[in-house]
Amino acid sequence: MLVTGVARRLGGRFVRRIQREPDVARVIGVDAVAPEHHLGGADFVRADIRHPAIGKLLAETGVDTVVHMDINGTPLGGRGSRTSVKETNVIGTMQLLGACQKAPSVKRLVVKSSTNVYGSAPRDPAVFSETTPPKSLPSGGFAKDTVEVEGYVRGFARRRPDVAVCVLRFANILGPCADSPLAEYFALPVLPTVIGYDPRLQFVHEEDAIEVLRIAASEPARSTLNSGTFNIAGDGVLLLSQAARRLGRPTLPLLLPTLRWARTALRSVGITDFSPEQIRLLTHGRVVATNQMRETLGFEPRYTTAGAFADYARSRGPGLLPPEALARTVDRLAGLLPARGAAQN
Amino acid sequence: MADAKVIPFGEEPRSRRKGPRQGRAHRAQGPLKPVPQQRDEERDQQRPEAAAAATAAAVPPPPPQDRPGGAGGPGGGWERRLAHGLSFLRRRVTGEYEVDDFGYDEDLTDQVLMSLLRPMYEKYFRIEVKGIDNIPDSGGALVVANHSGVLPLDGLMLQVAVHDHHPAGRHLRLLAADLVFMLPVVNELARKLGHTLACSEDAQLLLERGEVVGVMPEGFKGIGKPFSERYKLQRFGRGGFVSTALRAGAPIVPCSIVGAEEIYPMIGNAKTLARLLGFPYFPITPTFPWLGPLGGVPLPTKWTIQFGEPIPTDGYPPEAADDPMLMFNLTDQVRETIQHTLYKLLVQRRSVFF
Repeated sequence: MLVTGVARRLGGRFVRRIQREPDVARVIGVDAVAPEHHLGGADFVRADIRHPAIGKLLAETGVDTVVHMDINGTPLGGRGSRTSVKETNVIGTMQLLGACQKAPSVKRLVVKSSTNVYGSAPRDPAVFSETTPPKSLPSGGFAKDTVEVEGYVRGFARRRPDVAVCVLRFANILGPCADSPLAEYFALPVLPTVIGYDPRLQFVHEEDAIEVLRIAASEPARSTLNSGTFNIAGDGVLLLSQAARRLGRPTLPLLLPTLRWARTALRSVGITDFSPEQIRLLTHGRVVATNQMRETLGFEPRYTTAGAFADYARSRGPGLLPPEALARTVDRLAGLLPARGAAQN
Repeated sequence: MADAKVIPFGEEPRSRRKGPRQGRAHRAQGPLKPVPQQRDEERDQQRPEAAAAATAAAVPPPPPQDRPGGAGGPGGGWERRLAHGLSFLRRRVTGEYEVDDFGYDEDLTDQVLMSLLRPMYEKYFRIEVKGIDNIPDSGGALVVANHSGVLPLDGLMLQVAVHDHHPAGRHLRLLAADLVFMLPVVNELARKLGHTLACSEDAQLLLERGEVVGVMPEGFKGIGKPFSERYKLQRFGRGGFVSTALRAGAPIVPCSIVGAEEIYPMIGNAKTLARLLGFPYFPITPTFPWLGPLGGVPLPTKWTIQFGEPIPTDGYPPEAADDPMLMFNLTDQVRETIQHTLYKLLVQRRSVFF
């Protein structure tokens, strides 16, 4: 089995988890930089998937399963530009798919995509299913990358019908050690939001993400099918305002242009970077249907959207307005008021 | 179509000219009362949560249905309401409430938004509801209504009507135009009220979940038609609502709303301005935009909402949803039912304002 993008935390955790599977003999982790975490005995090969060397690696090792996780919205560790991220996403996928096409041993391909492919627009239906065409295609950024990557993956699936191809469209991955852009956003002490919009958000817990990757990368269980395209998200929906309250962080509603300046300011200070498509997500929100994930893939997430968010919130510590303190204040008020009411009587 | 000649519309312009003055003379305070209400609503739109919380803290929203009866005099009821408001406030500040996939915030809608709309429903438009039992107590149903009145107040009032009067306490989920979801603040409130975009995907999903879905197929053609064409139903889109109902096997409940046509008599349409602003129409009424914000106050007409006999759609084979002939026939049937009910209600109506 070959796994790309292992220098990221999620990739590293997946590699450690998949080695415990009985039918996995050898795991090769690939990334352009050496991971800071250990890979639990997996072989690490430092290779850039943008270069044809990946083809040689595939041919030499004779892997049967390729898990492509090196599709990301932000550069690793805050270094690197958007251009290099885009190259890794698009050119890297093209190179990897080209190498897979030449490697007869490959039997299974799993691609970690994102629900970003649906974009986020007011004219879209409220709930996206796997077959919903987006009304307005993302014009750039990570969202466009994922659209292009999925296009190449579909082309590959046509050319190699003998390979089981599974595209997993993940909602925002959250968890105690997720390093997704949205996790960084919720770590800000005050959350900038867009005035007049309260987007609906969906989350996946990182443990569920790893579990579903494992299901997709192994033989399908009975009466399930693990090739195709699946939306992966926890049950339920949180509004951004609701999420902020549960996290105990105040929101700072800004006009859309002001939010863009705030983004530039934050990026130049180096705290965080939220991309244009993330601003769109925080404006219009996005919800996907997960019937296919349950019925065809046979996966039941352990965490709901609210559960994944609660687990994330626990790992981050209290914010400026912890909900427990607010609840105590209201309770104290409730304790006082009947007394006052009795006095009036 | 013979019915069309029955309506005594000849008197209409006179009553329109006289109407507002008359209404104001007869009820000194009546029509003016809701003005602060509206301003409240506007302020609330700026920061719905804060205002909602403030309302809850200051005057806990009294849910009129379950007003505590003999809970130990007025003091007991007051305390209970306060406790109720505080528990609501507690849920809001901690974020411990549920929102469905479409963003419908039932807690906020029931406790705050409905209480804000109710005075307008009960006191201002004095809405009379007929045939509410035609909406089934359980399972999906598609309520198809006429659309009028420049601003979609008829949709909101329809929602209050179903919410307050249906014996099973059903919630109407309205399908709204995409313009609603493009406007800031409005889109947020619409989602929290349980509205969603008028597209077949959303409608079908809601019907399959067993919700009562409300749709106004005339769309902008209906709501933005000139005053001279009042109560003349416009084309019903392409009849997409029928095929959605057929696919879900949900009955279609025709609904006629009388009174909403006269709230803003639209005598002109500034098309150039509308195009500049990106709106489908820009209304000119006897008071708007001449009187500024005061022109935005709707005339206090008396409304009637009549729900008709449900039209079953579950007897058709599955491929029926793709049969254009059947679609047109059913669409016409629904349209005729609504139009005839409108005429009947208009004949029964004593005056526009009483």
